[in-house]
Amino acid sequence: MTHESWGRSIPSSPAHVLDVTWASDAPRAQDDLVLPYGRGRSYGDVCLNNGHTLLDTHRMSHLLAFDENAGVLTCEAGATLDDILRVVVPRGWFLPVTPGTKFVTVGGCIANDVHGKNHHRAGTFGRHVRWLELLRSDGTRLRCAPGDELFRATIGGLGLTGLIVQAEIQLRKIESSAIVEERIPFRSLEEFEALSAASDATYEYTVAWLDTFRARGLFIRGNHVLSGPAGSQPVDGLRGRRSSKHLPVAAFSPFLIRPTIRAFNAAYFHGTARPEPHPVHYDPFFYPLDAVANWNAVYGKRGFLQYQFVIPEAAGLQPVAEILRQLGDSPLAVIKKFGALESPGLLSFPLHGTTVSMDFPAREPFLPLLERCDEIVEAHGGRVYPAKDSRMAPERFRRFFPQWQELQLHADPKFSSSFWRRVMQ
Amino acid sequence: MTRVAILGATSAIAQEVARLYAAERASLFLVGRDEAKLAAVAADLRVRGAQQVETFLADLALRERDEALAAAAGTPDVVLIAQGTLPEQTSLESDPRTQAAVFDLNATSVMVLAAHFANVLPPGGALCVIGSIAGDRGRRSNYVYGAAKAAIHAYCEGLRARLVPKNVAVVLIKPGWVDTPMTARTKKNALFASPESVGRTIKRAIESRRAVVYVPGYWRWISLVIRMLPARMVKF
Repeated sequence: MTHESWGRSIPSSPAHVLDVTWASDAPRAQDDLVLPYGRGRSYGDVCLNNGHTLLDTHRMSHLLAFDENAGVLTCEAGATLDDILRVVVPRGWFLPVTPGTKFVTVGGCIANDVHGKNHHRAGTFGRHVRWLELLRSDGTRLRCAPGDELFRATIGGLGLTGLIVQAEIQLRKIESSAIVEERIPFRSLEEFEALSAASDATYEYTVAWLDTFRARGLFIRGNHVLSGPAGSQPVDGLRGRRSSKHLPVAAFSPFLIRPTIRAFNAAYFHGTARPEPHPVHYDPFFYPLDAVANWNAVYGKRGFLQYQFVIPEAAGLQPVAEILRQLGDSPLAVIKKFGALESPGLLSFPLHGTTVSMDFPAREPFLPLLERCDEIVEAHGGRVYPAKDSRMAPERFRRFFPQWQELQLHADPKFSSSFWRRVMQ
Repeated sequence: MTRVAILGATSAIAQEVARLYAAERASLFLVGRDEAKLAAVAADLRVRGAQQVETFLADLALRERDEALAAAAGTPDVVLIAQGTLPEQTSLESDPRTQAAVFDLNATSVMVLAAHFANVLPPGGALCVIGSIAGDRGRRSNYVYGAAKAAIHAYCEGLRARLVPKNVAVVLIKPGWVDTPMTARTKKNALFASPESVGRTIKRAIESRRAVVYVPGYWRWISLVIRMLPARMVKF
């Protein structure tokens, strides 16, 4: 098993990789600096520890308790959202918050305080963690809960406060595994804004796919179906995917040039719009990219960058439009309104406002361009998402997240990462 | 409801098989030697749907608790014997007496417990034993481990013949390299299989009552070639 990050734009070269197999006998204090590693789904270098030791947690994945009446699940930090969904969906429960892939670990969801299409309703993942157990390098095990300073530092703490061993999560009740989805075309950012404003109160999930070339897109909104059989098997004739396939996608990388990207985006815009409400299985609704297990290989050997920023509500849409103009064509761009719910972590990324994430092949012209975009983000009081970053300037990070000093007070002295060393320079 | 007894239940492969039975609401009897690890495995299987999970603590190499184990296990429908250890060959060579411990766990405990369950499994039941491709040919890098596996291969062959009239299947699994803590020291290559896929194959092999199953299947052909090599050519 390799220990890369998802964007593959920064080579991974840990000096050692230690498997953490059992919560009861996790490795004790090391001489070297360590960093927990889950499934390597962070895009940049927050999950890398080049020259030092990675603690690979993928085997520490036991589900430890599930209260079916209250929807409370306890699991080890290496368990993936996929592991959890398989068990809880047939019993009428769903994740409180899920990012766009289910192949992430619970530990990673906590350490990056991830968000999903329901941010305007549910906030970040960390808000639904009832407690977590942290193993520090001095051997102490601490149980932290909301209200504890160490809990606040660990949520969105980039894995630096110690090894998250287990956590308890409050799930969300569902009546069916289906989602009623609508995919509504829009032709300007203002239309997107209006659709968001009209939908966020009545739709639990909202997100929009963006054709950055023409500033048009599809506004995707949905709710859990209120009745019908729960279960991952056929629901009203709908099926989830059985497995995710490895495909020879690298062969496509030479075609990731402007004309094909524009043609693809146009085809997607016209081909997948479906404004009338229709039921879909939760799997393609939340995890369309999980169908191809190695979709990140499409960008070829040099990998790709994902740039995600948030602009506060007060600044309006103008800075977003300006950044989209600067960056031009992206093979995959997504825009969403974050709600006003407060994020529970010291270094949580979401703010009330508009967030955009865009993929780019890791090629030269983008680096200076992104630097210019960072400037726009900063000028309007926004920030850039560390979980996806591999290039922001150290001073910039420290201005985006002035709380970094407080995190450093709570960080375990034996924990570090490539990202952290980079932004602390 | 299927009753399944799993010996060496904290092994990565055994856990994957157990998870498949748990999802079918089977009742599980788990044997392991580490209390905390066994408790984590038992909790996991309960959450995943097992009707009932019982645990039994025993260091199977010592064989001190064999009788108590037999009494506690009762009469399962399926038995999976999965305990094993893969020590570094060089350390066995420098201290030859340690070889006995490898046989105690990988061979003797397997044969003694297989014999017990052979006597109690009901018609239609299945006894599944995890062997290894290492038992097909003695190799410089792991011949003590391989010799113990070769012993249980021969043992299973004879036991299978004996149990034919009772309609109890004896399923011998021969995994190749599997990405588990047991092979943590081995450099990974493209032939390594995931414990999840090996677990699925084992469950299918038990259900279809196969005799000998290589996992993944291509090891059958690799092994065939290696077994046909003349002895003087086996220098790897």
